[in-house]
Amino acid sequence: MTRHVVARVDDFPDRAIRRVEVAGKALCLMRRGEAFFALADRCPHGGAPLSGGRFTGTVESDGPGSYRMCRMDEMLKCPWHGWEFDIRTGQSWSDPGSTRTRAFATENVEGQELVKGPYVAETVPVSVDGRYVVVDLG
Amino acid sequence: MTRLPRIDVDFHVPQAPMADLLGYLDTYFRQQVTDREIHTQPFRLSSYPANSPLTCGAVLADRPVPEALDALGSDIAIASDLHGVVSLHNPDMRAALMSAVNDHLAATWLDTDPRLRGSIYVSMEDADLAVAEIERLAPDPRFVQVLVLAAQEAPHGQRRFWPIWEAAARHGLTLAIHAGGVFRLAPSVAGWPAYQFEDYVIQSQTFENILVSLIGEGVFQKFPDLRVVFLESGFAWLPMTLWRMDKTWRGTRQEVPWLDRPPSEIIRDRVFVSLIPCDPPGPDEVRQVLTHLGGTDMLLYASDHPHRQFDGHDPLPEGLPEADLPAILAGNALRAYPRLAADPAVSRLAPRKQEAV
Amino acid sequence: MNKPMRDTRAKTKLRLVDCDIHPAQKSPATLFPYLESRWVEHLKTFGTFTRQALVGQLSYPRMTANGMRIDAKPEEGPPGSSLQLMQEQHLDRLGIEQGHLVALGRGGMEERNPDLSAAMSRAVNDWQVAEWLEPEPRLRGGIVVPQDNPEAAVAEIARRADDPRFVQVIMSTRPNEPLGDRKYWPIYRAIAEAGLPLCLHPAGYSSGKPSTGTGWPSFYFQEHYTFVPGSEALVTSLVISGALEAVPDLRIAIIEGGFSWAPALGWRMDRHFDTFRAEVPHLTMKPSDYMRRHFWWATQPMEEPKNGRHVQDVIDWIGWDRILYSSDYPHWDYDDPDFIFKFPLDTWQREAVFGGNARALYGGRA
Ligand code: FES
Repeated sequence: MTRHVVARVDDFPDRAIRRVEVAGKALCLMRRGEAFFALADRCPHGGAPLSGGRFTGTVESDGPGSYRMCRMDEMLKCPWHGWEFDIRTGQSWSDPGSTRTRAFATENVEGQELVKGPYVAETVPVSVDGRYVVVDLG
Repeated sequence: MTRLPRIDVDFHVPQAPMADLLGYLDTYFRQQVTDREIHTQPFRLSSYPANSPLTCGAVLADRPVPEALDALGSDIAIASDLHGVVSLHNPDMRAALMSAVNDHLAATWLDTDPRLRGSIYVSMEDADLAVAEIERLAPDPRFVQVLVLAAQEAPHGQRRFWPIWEAAARHGLTLAIHAGGVFRLAPSVAGWPAYQFEDYVIQSQTFENILVSLIGEGVFQKFPDLRVVFLESGFAWLPMTLWRMDKTWRGTRQEVPWLDRPPSEIIRDRVFVSLIPCDPPGPDEVRQVLTHLGGTDMLLYASDHPHRQFDGHDPLPEGLPEADLPAILAGNALRAYPRLAADPAVSRLAPRKQEAV
Repeated sequence: MNKPMRDTRAKTKLRLVDCDIHPAQKSPATLFPYLESRWVEHLKTFGTFTRQALVGQLSYPRMTANGMRIDAKPEEGPPGSSLQLMQEQHLDRLGIEQGHLVALGRGGMEERNPDLSAAMSRAVNDWQVAEWLEPEPRLRGGIVVPQDNPEAAVAEIARRADDPRFVQVIMSTRPNEPLGDRKYWPIYRAIAEAGLPLCLHPAGYSSGKPSTGTGWPSFYFQEHYTFVPGSEALVTSLVISGALEAVPDLRIAIIEGGFSWAPALGWRMDRHFDTFRAEVPHLTMKPSDYMRRHFWWATQPMEEPKNGRHVQDVIDWIGWDRILYSSDYPHWDYDDPDFIFKFPLDTWQREAVFGGNARALYGGRA
């Protein structure tokens, strides 16, 4: 278990989607409210950086002409062909059988807690008086 | 090998002469048609000019209907008359004459040869009148399909046509879409071709768009019992169309959320295509198309008599898998046509695929 | 099954040619410096006039970000309008040796006023030179012509043909008449004489004819598909009309029109050629022979059958020397070269598709 500090919470606005590089891995880091989500930043379909995408939901339907917006902002739309990925699991809704992108566990941690370790802070210096986004690269 | 039963899903009877339709019209329309000398006009569709090699170039074209059926070895054939009255703009006169064509088909052909089954030929331009015609003829079980032309004023999937498809599905009638059109619009986005050859070639491109229309609009979700048969559409284009639709669906499904599965899965057991014309040039190409298509479940044997689609007496192209022949020749037609499946005289002939192998 | 051949060159970098990049104007005013003041005034007053309901906009809204990659929007202006972003995000990232500009929209191709159409084509070509080809030597231009004003189209080809930075001529795929129409043959003669290929790339602007042979579809899901039959119909028209018999050295690149339909269309034309032969005595070969003699095909949008090998069957029929890599940057259905083939390619096939075929087709110009 390797915990990597990838951002200061205060520097990461709500609803932001950004690419962060950590331990040689490119991640698509997303914030919704106090929760952070991280996916591998490469769309398994055609290679797009997912961090260029947008939040979306899923649309359900009872039949032609019926539209129900569901799970608003729980999906990420790939910037190229628009496939939808679950921000929690990386599961694709456009090709549910066979396509998913890797999802990583994230935490929103007090600097005080964090300094007790173990953690790796490659690019984000950690101090006790802040909150940090920590990603577990497994 | 014993002879396999054959159900021919695309067999054209000679076009009813206008004079023969008069007897099926009410007094008003009979007076209109004769007084305006409408019955002296030929009413041939531009898609099938009377003497063109396409329209009448088949080897068996000159045979009378029963002899042609004998020569083709058809046990059952679904008859149609692609009559030009469908192109009239007056909705009431058009409907009256199309009813006459349908009645003429029943009296002249269904009553005289037990191998023949009928098509309820309707115009899509007035849905209420089309539904009325379906209701009028549905009690006659010999009519097994509702027949419309491919090139219309609007794509077949659109909601304005749903009452027609609803009536068809409710009566167990298959929707058959046959090549040809009323030329209300340019036959492709490219415009009006100068040659009939080109016009004929691009017909299959219209079928591609029809399939995308029916799927995109959700017709198969809306009418879970509706079966659709493409007649004289060709089928070599199908794999590419399905690849492309599945791919586009993945990126556009929020726009058409009723498509809960890839289009290629939605059409399974719902859409069928006639085997003729078989455009691939030889058995290797036929096999390749069938591999790309994932099998022969969609294929329905057809002769397209008397249109010129094959040389000699047998429409069956080479390259079809031997084991699938009973289904292609007859079994698949029972899945495509609920009324044929319900007809003991027919279902006895044609084992379904699973039973055949 | 053949294993891909290993040879030492497999490791050397591909000399990538991208046959489809779309530059965009920041706004309609971008073209003004390249237009006479008469036309600047005209555009400010009347705007453009095409055969569709909306001005400068389509009635089939695209699925994603107005049809663009969501990540391709520069600070200012629409996607494709910043050379710098195009360089960073596309040319540099993929290591593209040469990229071909296909300037769609606001080039006058679908404009109804014949003189404005000629003026806009000229302007869009000057704009390509000044704002793209001069500053970025990896880019090549395409001569946009007002095909429904054939005289002006021929003049525009003459004006540009000696500039080696223009590698092809671009006509609208939604012209007023089918492209086989004799009205267009003088343009084809001029293109062939200039030694340039003709590029046919679908555009969304309306020709005034519905986008299918049976009327207007409802959803973008359906409209997107119409580009396929639309391109098929153009090839059908060019072959059957005899245009290719009249201009036997015309070479045509189908860009973004798909390629997987080529075998089925060739088979279909050949199958019915026998029946209709007497109607088209001007054809001296089988229709598929014209396809093989005259056409090249771009990869994007790549087909994605469940079994990727099915694409290989299609290309085997077309010929590996006729397939051109294209990305469609910055549009939403962009293809990355590393992802498009789902089966192993031999080294020679990779080299052909990703650059060699384009270099052969575009001669010294690519
Ligand atoms: S690259 Fe992400 S959907 Fe295609």
